[in-house]
Amino acid sequence: MSHPSTYNPQSTFTKWLDSRLPIVRLMHDSFVDFPTPKNLNYWYTFGGIAAIMLVVQIVTGVVLAMHYTPHADHAFESVEKIMRDVNYGWLIRYMHANGASMFFIAVYIHMARGLYYGSYKAPREILWILGVIIFVLMMAAAFMGYVLPWGQMSFWGATVITNLFSAIPVVGDSIVTLLWGGFAVDNATLNRFFSLHYLVPFIIAGVVILHIWALHIPGNNNPTGIEVKSVEKDTVPFHPYYTVKDAFAIVLFLVLFAVFVFYQPNALGHPDNYIPANPLATPAHIVPEWYFLPFYAILRAITFDIGPLEAKLLGVMAMFGAIFVLVFIPWLDTSKVKSLKFRPIMQWLFVFFLISFLILGWCGQADPDKMLIQAGTNAAGEAVGFKVVHLSQITTIYYFAYFLIAMPIVGLIETPKPLPRSISESVLKRNEKKESDVGGAQPAPAE
Amino acid sequence: MSATTQSSEEPTRRDFIHLMAAGAGGLGVAAVAWPFIDQMNPDAGVKALASIEVDLGPIEPGQAIKAFWRGKPVFIRHRTPEEISEAEAVDLAELRDPETDDARVTDVTGAVRPEWLIMVGVCTHLGCIPLGVDASENKGDYGGYYCPCHGSHYDTSGRIRRGPAPTNLPIPEYAFVGDTRVKIG
Repeated sequence: MSHPSTYNPQSTFTKWLDSRLPIVRLMHDSFVDFPTPKNLNYWYTFGGIAAIMLVVQIVTGVVLAMHYTPHADHAFESVEKIMRDVNYGWLIRYMHANGASMFFIAVYIHMARGLYYGSYKAPREILWILGVIIFVLMMAAAFMGYVLPWGQMSFWGATVITNLFSAIPVVGDSIVTLLWGGFAVDNATLNRFFSLHYLVPFIIAGVVILHIWALHIPGNNNPTGIEVKSVEKDTVPFHPYYTVKDAFAIVLFLVLFAVFVFYQPNALGHPDNYIPANPLATPAHIVPEWYFLPFYAILRAITFDIGPLEAKLLGVMAMFGAIFVLVFIPWLDTSKVKSLKFRPIMQWLFVFFLISFLILGWCGQADPDKMLIQAGTNAAGEAVGFKVVHLSQITTIYYFAYFLIAMPIVGLIETPKPLPRSISESVLKRNEKKESDVGGAQPAPAE
Repeated sequence: MSATTQSSEEPTRRDFIHLMAAGAGGLGVAAVAWPFIDQMNPDAGVKALASIEVDLGPIEPGQAIKAFWRGKPVFIRHRTPEEISEAEAVDLAELRDPETDDARVTDVTGAVRPEWLIMVGVCTHLGCIPLGVDASENKGDYGGYYCPCHGSHYDTSGRIRRGPAPTNLPIPEYAFVGDTRVKIG
């Protein structure tokens, strides 16, 4: 949060530098003596974890680019060369491939934390929207990166996803040709994906800086969702309190990362990507990377036309809409209380939201026609009943209903639990809880 | 706009100059932006490979091959009389993308040769390659082609019959050059 600078340069050089480029002052005020709510829990460490994963991806990616050949005839071979011939190439590539998954794990948890504690609400709307932009850029970077090894999943994933744009009326096919640089996914496509895959992480890094800037104007939200009222009572300096807490969480997270890199390096990948790309044969089962599965399930859930709009276009709109809707939630949520800790109805709807998002992920990798509960057979002898596609339709409806219906309506009708008076009171109350009634609770809203 | 010029007054020469300058600047930006967009389109080398000739001689009735054209497979099927009559007997009313079988076996010169079904072998849903060229592959419920990705069934004329694909398998521009040769593209 905005606060007077406490940086006090001592040496002649730091004084000289500070009057010309106060970069040390900026770092000091942002990451050392930055007032941070004293009640942040471990869910708040995933932003820092995500930042570390971005650094890991950039460092390993720059190194991989030194050995990789972005050409349709040589890409697959050069990746195998990295795995077999380049010194520690296997390590660096497995770090990069699994690092992408770890980055998404961290970011999904980071987003869920923001949703639960209402971190998207005023005055943090811009902070939240910048986060959504980072998420979209991450998806673009991950998608293009997965194409680069030029295996079967690379090639056919690229084909299916770029073909989504052909659903756009009138100009769709021209856009797809423009994206491909040819009449099919080919060398031109691979080359531009490589160029953009190298570029996007640096754009992400730039937006991350804006994200942190937008965080440091209002300051951190916290599990109570109450704003800081007294810097002295409610906050502690970022260093050492949160540098150490974040570092500890990062170490634990890197242990998980290492387990994947060293013991299960291919668990999150798909074996078909170790078959070189073949434009004449599609694998029997095309599955995107796990972090895209919920959105892939939403894409496939739309199997019906609505008026003049074809199912294909509607599916694409639903999939992009599922991400785009996040931009609007600061205004869709009508509650005056930020943290779902104090919102008894919304808290449960949030739990169901997480469950339905996980179910969507499961549906994304399953065959949509797979029968879950068979009710019988129709006249033609085909089995009828509840299929995977129906499950994804129900969970898709819940996904959108959570944002578009629950957020505006529940905020108006729900009676929140009493909020603590301040962050410091909530911390002290927790410690005194055993000594009977504390008092001091007051009805919401407190601000 | 200067303080002496109110919006209610006639536009001045200066307003006109501003408008023209901004317009010219905008055109300049668009003119520079276009090369950076158009460079993504297929280049001359890709376009140069845009047509192929295929020898149909070795393909027996009932057989099909894949020719490689513009980075995509072209399915060329030598149809049997049964397959042709089956395709012709279909009631157009039950098709999602109604097209007669004849219209799908006519080359650019207007020659109709129903024994040759020549199509771009790319599913119109999301671009996978349907199965059915090789005799051992799943031809789907309508005896033509079947896309394994999302379950689209095509008939012996390559028309969509069931599944998510919105349209029939596309027919490329082709012309027969002699009895057993065809030029595609």
